[in-house]
Amino acid sequence: MYVYLHELVFGVFPYIAGSVFLLGSLLRYEKSQYTWRTGSSQMLSNDRMFRVGSYLFHIGIIALFFGHLFGLLTPTAVYTAFGITSGAKQVLAIVVGGIFGLICLAGMLILAHRRTVNPRVRRTGSPMDMFILYLLFAQLATGLLSIIVSTGHLSGEVMVQISTWAQRLVTFQPNAADTILDIHWIYKLHMFLGMIMFLIFPFTRLVHVWSVPYGYIGRAYQVVRRRTAI
Amino acid sequence: MSFFLDRLTFFQRVEGEFSDGHGVTTGDSRRWEDAYRSRWQHDKVVRSTHGVNCTGACSWKIYVKNGLVTWETQQTDYPRTRPDMPNHEPRGCARGASYSWYIYSANRLKHPMVRGHLLRLWREALQRHDDPVDAWASIVEDPDKGRQYKSRRGKGGLVRSTWDEVNRLIAAANVYTVRKFGPDRVIGFSPIPAMSMVSYAAGSRYLSLIGGVCMSFYDWYCDLPPSSPQTWGEQTDVPESADWYNSGFIMMWGSNVPQTRTPDAHFMTEVRYKGAKIVTVCPDYSEASKFGDLWLAPKQGTDSALAMAFGHVILKEFHVDQPSEHFTDYARRYTDMPCLVRLDATGEGYQAGRFLRASDLDKSLGQKNNPEWKTVAFDEKTGRIVVPRGSIGFRWGEDGRWNLDEKEAGGKKTRLQLTNLETKDDVARVGFPYFGGKEHELGRFTPNPQEEVIYRKVPVRRITLADGEEVLAASVFDLITAHYGVDRGLDCPNTPVSYEDNLPYTPAWQEQITGVKPQHVISVAREFARNADRTQGKSMVILGAGLNHWYHMDMNYRGIINMLVFCGCIGQSGGGWAHYVGQEKLRPQTGWQPLAFGLDWARPPRHMNSTSFFYAHTDQWRYEKLHVADMLSPLADPDDYKGSMIDFNVRAERMGWLPSAPQLGANPLEVARQAAEAGQDPKEYVVEQLRSGRLTMACEDPDNPVNFPRNLFIWRSNLLGSSGKGHEYFLKHLLGTAHGVQGKDLGEEGAEKPQDVVWRDEVTDGKLDLLVTLDFRMSTTCLYSDVVLPTATWYEKNDLNTSDMHPFIHPLSEAVSPCWESRTDWDIYKGIARTFSELAPNHLGKETDIVTVPILHDSPGELAQPFDVQEWRKGECEPVPGKTMPNLVAVERDYPNVYARFTALGPLMEKIGNGGKGIAWNTEHEVKLLGDLNGRHLGEGVNRGMARIETAIDAAEVIMSLAPETNGEVAVRAWAALSKQTGRDHTHLALPREDDKIRFRDIVAQPRKIISSPTWSGLESEHVSYNAGYTNVHEFIPWRTLTGRQQLYQDHKWMRAFGEGFVLYKPPVNMRTTQSIQGVRGNGNEEIALNWITPHQKWGIHSTYSENLLMLTLSRGGPCVWMSETDARKVDIVDNDWIECFNSNGALVARAVVSQRVPEGMVMMYHAQEKLVNTPGSEISGERGGIHNSVTRAVLKPTHMIGGYAQLSYGFNYYGTVGSNRDEFVVLRKMNRVDWLEGDDESIYQAEEQA
Repeated sequence: MYVYLHELVFGVFPYIAGSVFLLGSLLRYEKSQYTWRTGSSQMLSNDRMFRVGSYLFHIGIIALFFGHLFGLLTPTAVYTAFGITSGAKQVLAIVVGGIFGLICLAGMLILAHRRTVNPRVRRTGSPMDMFILYLLFAQLATGLLSIIVSTGHLSGEVMVQISTWAQRLVTFQPNAADTILDIHWIYKLHMFLGMIMFLIFPFTRLVHVWSVPYGYIGRAYQVVRRRTAI
Repeated sequence: MSFFLDRLTFFQRVEGEFSDGHGVTTGDSRRWEDAYRSRWQHDKVVRSTHGVNCTGACSWKIYVKNGLVTWETQQTDYPRTRPDMPNHEPRGCARGASYSWYIYSANRLKHPMVRGHLLRLWREALQRHDDPVDAWASIVEDPDKGRQYKSRRGKGGLVRSTWDEVNRLIAAANVYTVRKFGPDRVIGFSPIPAMSMVSYAAGSRYLSLIGGVCMSFYDWYCDLPPSSPQTWGEQTDVPESADWYNSGFIMMWGSNVPQTRTPDAHFMTEVRYKGAKIVTVCPDYSEASKFGDLWLAPKQGTDSALAMAFGHVILKEFHVDQPSEHFTDYARRYTDMPCLVRLDATGEGYQAGRFLRASDLDKSLGQKNNPEWKTVAFDEKTGRIVVPRGSIGFRWGEDGRWNLDEKEAGGKKTRLQLTNLETKDDVARVGFPYFGGKEHELGRFTPNPQEEVIYRKVPVRRITLADGEEVLAASVFDLITAHYGVDRGLDCPNTPVSYEDNLPYTPAWQEQITGVKPQHVISVAREFARNADRTQGKSMVILGAGLNHWYHMDMNYRGIINMLVFCGCIGQSGGGWAHYVGQEKLRPQTGWQPLAFGLDWARPPRHMNSTSFFYAHTDQWRYEKLHVADMLSPLADPDDYKGSMIDFNVRAERMGWLPSAPQLGANPLEVARQAAEAGQDPKEYVVEQLRSGRLTMACEDPDNPVNFPRNLFIWRSNLLGSSGKGHEYFLKHLLGTAHGVQGKDLGEEGAEKPQDVVWRDEVTDGKLDLLVTLDFRMSTTCLYSDVVLPTATWYEKNDLNTSDMHPFIHPLSEAVSPCWESRTDWDIYKGIARTFSELAPNHLGKETDIVTVPILHDSPGELAQPFDVQEWRKGECEPVPGKTMPNLVAVERDYPNVYARFTALGPLMEKIGNGGKGIAWNTEHEVKLLGDLNGRHLGEGVNRGMARIETAIDAAEVIMSLAPETNGEVAVRAWAALSKQTGRDHTHLALPREDDKIRFRDIVAQPRKIISSPTWSGLESEHVSYNAGYTNVHEFIPWRTLTGRQQLYQDHKWMRAFGEGFVLYKPPVNMRTTQSIQGVRGNGNEEIALNWITPHQKWGIHSTYSENLLMLTLSRGGPCVWMSETDARKVDIVDNDWIECFNSNGALVARAVVSQRVPEGMVMMYHAQEKLVNTPGSEISGERGGIHNSVTRAVLKPTHMIGGYAQLSYGFNYYGTVGSNRDEFVVLRKMNRVDWLEGDDESIYQAEEQA
């Protein structure tokens, strides 16, 4: 039974979550352009504390995102080719992840406090906003907790297991879940919550992640449309 | 194709470059714009308008999308004006534009609702009684049960019911009341028919068919200017706003045009570009002040002093020193200034008496018909006294000589003599009363002390009367110039010789009172008159509530009217008196009346003047602090004018001057039955009973349960949230629920009680058995009602709308069907009528009802009491119905057939015909047309073969077919009928449009300009804009006054007794409501007494209501009161503080708006803010907040009660007591504790969280 559930959660569910994430985002982008927004409440309350919180949160979470992205999907052969051992990589992950995790946590606490206490923000927000906040918080907490567990085995073995799982998943290889059958439950919880995040992503304000305004970097001063028929 | 795929074309997006690569061109899709396109796409556009009480009467496009009303925009398809004249459109304002919010808002009434306590009693009673009428009796005849639900009024607890259930309850109550107390105990209040004529008519038709009473509104709102009927014999007739554009000099005086006449204001701003000068007169820095080339800011309430000084300059410079040809000619032909007034001796000289009449002179100067109603003047050439045509005696009993031709009665040409200065027999000292020296109770309005009676020299003629008596007589011109203090070279010591003399009524004299610099008065008066002289009268005054809501509003108004008449501006395009408050001209009035008052089935209807009604039945008279003696002229004998205000009102009712409701002190159906048993004619029977004292009039004992108004319908109105002056007295006495009245009544105070009214010490509170309100929103009135009926909004019904601001008739139409369970007013009353007919047969059949009718203006009866005031009750004369007392008419009611009558055009239209304002015509043709158009009733009912009036559109067709304004054929017939009276042919005014018939679907397609009709005094033509008095001046149709001319002198005995024969300055009166309470119930904060001003607001009334969320967002979000910085500093108040305003009438709470706009000494609370939103409890009353009328009380003025005397005869919404409110003072202070009466903030928060 345990194995079946494990297979379901880490073998099948990732594809469900990933499909919902991609297709959901696409459909929302196509069908509901006017809901594609950050849902910012900055207009309602824009004090210094909020700005600090917002910066901390965003810096932290962006760093964590890319840390996970590269940490999970870089094949072992690539970093060993540069002479980095799995153990060293794990230490690097713990240190960098820990720092940005704490930054993110600080920002999130400020934002969560504001969202709960400020009446204007609270009343204009949706229940989903609250839910994501809790989810992100849980995600961060389990992530930080896993650091404690990780310090018990600094060989980098578990980290390799998890990245193998991730790499098998994205390359559509069978038996991905098998690679992490025996890891500590705290990692599993963290991973499960991460997949939930992907699952609900299209239904939340998180979609603004897709719309990074990179276009502003190096664009021409004036962009105009050619005069043609529609 | 796809937003996503479009984004993927990143590398191909740039198609070209320019400006060295600083700019790029792309081929981006424009598909994102579709979102905006679909945002504004809609399924249909329907034409409708907004009808709180908006004179704007703007036509709007209502957009419907997916079956929902989504938004509205202004219509732009009004018929064009002529060249060189701006078009009317677009018309509208932010208030109207926000209206659609209501339809689906939480405030919307969705189901019929009944007060829970009452509904429980009703359902229980129905279990025990088979007949609903008996069930109702079992509730209201038990005082305990009555108290149970009456004391809950205003405290929530309304629960859902069904239409069947409420119809049964209401009909049972009505049947019971009619049977037990009489039909005149069923009352209905609805204002301003013009805003939705069919909806008004629905309720008034039902009430009229059962014999109920329809209440007036125009006088009650104090928007009726009594000066207009006094001067012109016309309720109110004004220029359309487009006529402002024809003016050369406009004074905006107490009217905030850009704020309250928003859709019309453009004509005022446009004419400035044409060169017109604008002078704004207004005590506060209003929006209108900004438009003034000059802004004069007189102390509030002193406008008549300013007007007197303007008049002084105009008379002196343009009538006496260097007479203007236009002015003199105009005064001679169109005013009473040549008419002769006899002088009565006083101790020290003389005073102006009444107009001399033909009957005073030898052989009545040959006049056989009504000689006592024909005024006289000297002929310039022959020096003889002549009877000029046009006076009211010519109007009735003869034909062809009631006109303003310069002819005497016999037909000889005549040129009337204005002044007797050259031909005088003597010079008399004539005394003029002076009131400007009276001190205010709080020392607020600076007096200018002078002699109480000012004697001035007047050139007079000696005249021998028929009885041989020799009297002195003077022309009105000579009297009025003396009164205004214009030097005629008669060496009069009391007459000022220069403008700098502090003598009435010079520019220097007024400065002390108004604070306006004399040089401004002189220059404005000169420019105003010079413009009128050079343009033949194109000087105009736009005036409004700012002046008319004062106790002595007629002084303010007559002062201004005199300026206009002196300058020959009335009836001239671009000139005249432009009063705009609440009148909303009901243009197709004569077509509407038969429908509205059931004149097709029975005449006359029961009408009542609301001010007197509410004054009596909310027991405000029991708290009266105004003394008649304070108002009297020093030349009058106080012994002749004893008693309190209600005594005067009761006397007026008994003499047939004012209407009554309830009418007789007994059930009129019962009285008729007794008459029949006695074998007597009902009329004779009632006279005899009244004379003997066995029968009284209800007005003599208003607190007797027999005389209570029992059932009250309110529709299209917010009586208890807005217009109810003396709001707290309503709650206490009429409704019998929690209230905030702070003062004691005369009994408790041990003060002098009224003489002619029974004083009862027992508690008679809770007079109403049933209060039914029809509305689409949960207004304050609904909260106090027993039954609340959800009506269709203005976008859910078919109706008609007109205004005096523009000449078009246009519709309300049904954009979506009435939402939830709401129904149109027409359908609601139709439903009640049907149930009434079902319940009636067990209790009522065909009955005879005796209706008392006051002596009516525009009827031959207005020639009732030519000279003295005599009371039959005191044995001074015989009671003669229609002459010395109200007329008595036996009317047949057919109660089981109320519904059949409601839905059919009755037989009297064919038998008697139709008419209005004293003109009558035949309507057989229109009755046939309506039968063909609407179809006829089949079956065997009483309405067999008659035209159907089933739907609101059927009803609209009745109005439009019968009215001359919308049916050219009728217009020609009406002008022909008038031509017969005047002896001049007027049909040319309508003949070009004889074939025009405007029908409902026509105006749905486009607003239509109405057809000129003799019921109005202006023309709709391609040559002139509508201007009041135009046909009087240009067609020589007399004004409907005693003299037939614009009457500047009011010679009725009471007018003279109260010093108002000629206009003068009277300071605001002493209301005596603050001194007993100021500093008595302190909360530790400073208190200050301030004058209470309640102007029209910016974010609410006229086209939406104050709790509209969009408007609340733009304003302060709840009740607020404006005060000056100086006063705020005195009592330590800063902007947005919670403050309380209170006096002995009650209390209210609001936020303070501290503004430089407001002058010291007054506060302004925009009216009709209600107590629905953001209103905490009052520290004084312990009840929730209060409304602007919580601190006011209705006060009557005896001169408005006069009747039976030509233009001073009663007419519905035409003359009568008015509900003034601006003389009131309140005590204002900062609040200590803001109590929401809902627990503390924490518990509210918790309750909210739980919810």
